[in-house]
Amino acid sequence: MKRLAGLLLVVLAVAGVLWADSALSINGAGATFPYPMYSKWFDEYHKKNTNLQINYQSIGSGGGIKQITEGTVDFGATDGPMNDEQLKAYSDKHGSGILHFPTVLGADVPAYNIPGVSAELNFTPEALAGIFLGKITKWNDPAIAGANKGVSLPANDIVVVHRSDGSGTTYIWTDYLSKISDEWKAKVGKGTSVNWPVGLGAKGNEVVAGTIKNTPNSFGYVELIYVIQNQMAYGRVRNSSGAFIKANLASVTAAAAGAAKNMPDDFRVSITDAPGKTAYPISSFTWLLVPAKFSDATKRDAIKGFVKWMLADGQNYTEALSYAKLPQEVVTKELKALNNVQ
Amino acid sequence: MATTTTTVPSAGPIAGSRSFLARLREGDEIARMITFLFAASVVLVTVLLVFELWRDSVLPRHKFGFNFFRTSVWDPVFDQFGALPFIYGTLLTATISLVIAVPLGIGAAIFLAELAPARISDTLEFFIDLLAAVPSVIYGILGVFIVIPLMRDYIQPGLKKSLGFLPLFQGPAYGFGFLTAGAVLAIMIIPYIISVSREVLLSVPRDQREAALSLGSTRWEATWKVVVPFARGGILGSIFLALARALGETIAVTMVIGNQPIIRASLFSSGYSIAAIIANELTEATSNLHYQSLIELGLVLFLLTFVLNGLARLLIVATSQRGAGMGHA
Repeated sequence: MKRLAGLLLVVLAVAGVLWADSALSINGAGATFPYPMYSKWFDEYHKKNTNLQINYQSIGSGGGIKQITEGTVDFGATDGPMNDEQLKAYSDKHGSGILHFPTVLGADVPAYNIPGVSAELNFTPEALAGIFLGKITKWNDPAIAGANKGVSLPANDIVVVHRSDGSGTTYIWTDYLSKISDEWKAKVGKGTSVNWPVGLGAKGNEVVAGTIKNTPNSFGYVELIYVIQNQMAYGRVRNSSGAFIKANLASVTAAAAGAAKNMPDDFRVSITDAPGKTAYPISSFTWLLVPAKFSDATKRDAIKGFVKWMLADGQNYTEALSYAKLPQEVVTKELKALNNVQ
Repeated sequence: MATTTTTVPSAGPIAGSRSFLARLREGDEIARMITFLFAASVVLVTVLLVFELWRDSVLPRHKFGFNFFRTSVWDPVFDQFGALPFIYGTLLTATISLVIAVPLGIGAAIFLAELAPARISDTLEFFIDLLAAVPSVIYGILGVFIVIPLMRDYIQPGLKKSLGFLPLFQGPAYGFGFLTAGAVLAIMIIPYIISVSREVLLSVPRDQREAALSLGSTRWEATWKVVVPFARGGILGSIFLALARALGETIAVTMVIGNQPIIRASLFSSGYSIAAIIANELTEATSNLHYQSLIELGLVLFLLTFVLNGLARLLIVATSQRGAGMGHA
């Protein structure tokens, strides 16, 4: 008994020493889409800076915005930029602003399952909007068939599948449809959740992908990483230059480069329907949300240090995980903006 | 009842003869206070829950008022929120699940309690308890990969052919929807009904059974006309326990219901339930009105469960009184 008590005491003492010596810990929360990338980055960065531990909870973009506004985390992350109302809510509460830092890029792709059709289909913006508005209901509709000469499409009803949970993936898709279709913009609009005119809702990218795989004649949008990982068929989309582009890491980065010239100083930019011959039109940045003013200088320096590393060495880890890296113009601009964090 | 009333008067004078301090020292009073606190905490949690839901849903309650329950548009972009499709979907899927699960569950319970040899009954009971403990996401996966293809390829076309003249079985059938959600819920709640009903049936006194048999009834007559009516209160209790689970089930439902906020008579149509939309949209609800409308849906679900549970109590009280009356006669 005595020996056991002694042992416990030793364990406690060791734990106490470790605890006292424990690293500076920084907490973040938000978007789920870049989570695999972020956890890899935080892990690699921790290996280089063992006294710094960054914890990230992937609770969703809306949750990330809410938590950083409440001040319960040190930084946030989101797939859709904060709107003016949210920025105002933040500065009203904290007396200072919040900055957006693009980290990587993602894209939504149109995925489908048509029995007997193995060809890679071309989609015009009009066809995509028409299908999601419920105006194009059959696979052999001229709006689809016209862009796919030589493919025999069946006269079956299209089963539209969309995300049921609020998500950045949905934000990108609806942001794109709002840009290319006035009717979509007026009737449905853009958001992490919208009032869908048609379609089944499935929870999460995995279930949308699974539903498309299992449902004949289905059509839906999925995050690029998921179709790459699941080896699913997906279509090309016509961009603003009139070329049909297949989404891949290069065409997504090209979209960012096309938009970089007009990049606003706060980085809150949508790059859907971006200019550029090789740009894939349904791409988007994902952002870190960093307060402009820190009360804790150690935390501030730690976060700035991480962002600097992420923009340089960190970008080398992106492609292994199927994320598109930032174009150099954007990186240069972000490094400059980092000085505004005080 | 009789036993408690006889013990109270004898315990009274003994308790009274000891001072409060003495009782405190002996631990009785401490035990009483601590257990009272535990019991009170249940009430406290319930009250706090309602209070929080009420307080956090102030925006939609003021903006929409009663229209929240009457309209069926759910549009987070243009800030229009109506709860009707979700209430409809919740009640409809729960009803379907009961229609499937109640006959199956009670039938199985009667077999296990009355007709099966004890060894088989106990073995099966082990599996039933196991089923009751399976996490609901597993049932959701079962729904997506097994129930949905079965529905789409066999059951729904079959129903369309045989019962297609009913509005319940018309329209396009993709496998997702009310019927599938109800079926998955039924699979989930059957173990509850069997397990509780079996216990209740087993606790029916032997002499009830033997009296019926000695009056010349067959084994089935004794079971169906004497044992089952005697256990009616407990069986109803098991059904309402199952109903409560069906109303609140979230993940398994959202995986198979299709998540479309629409109201259709066809059971093949996709729909939505209250628990499902809260789980789907709460994390990404960015506008305050959207967030608070989801909280108000939570309040609606709470009230729905509350009312149905209240009705269940009344039903049990009513039937058990009738049962007791029959017993005296």
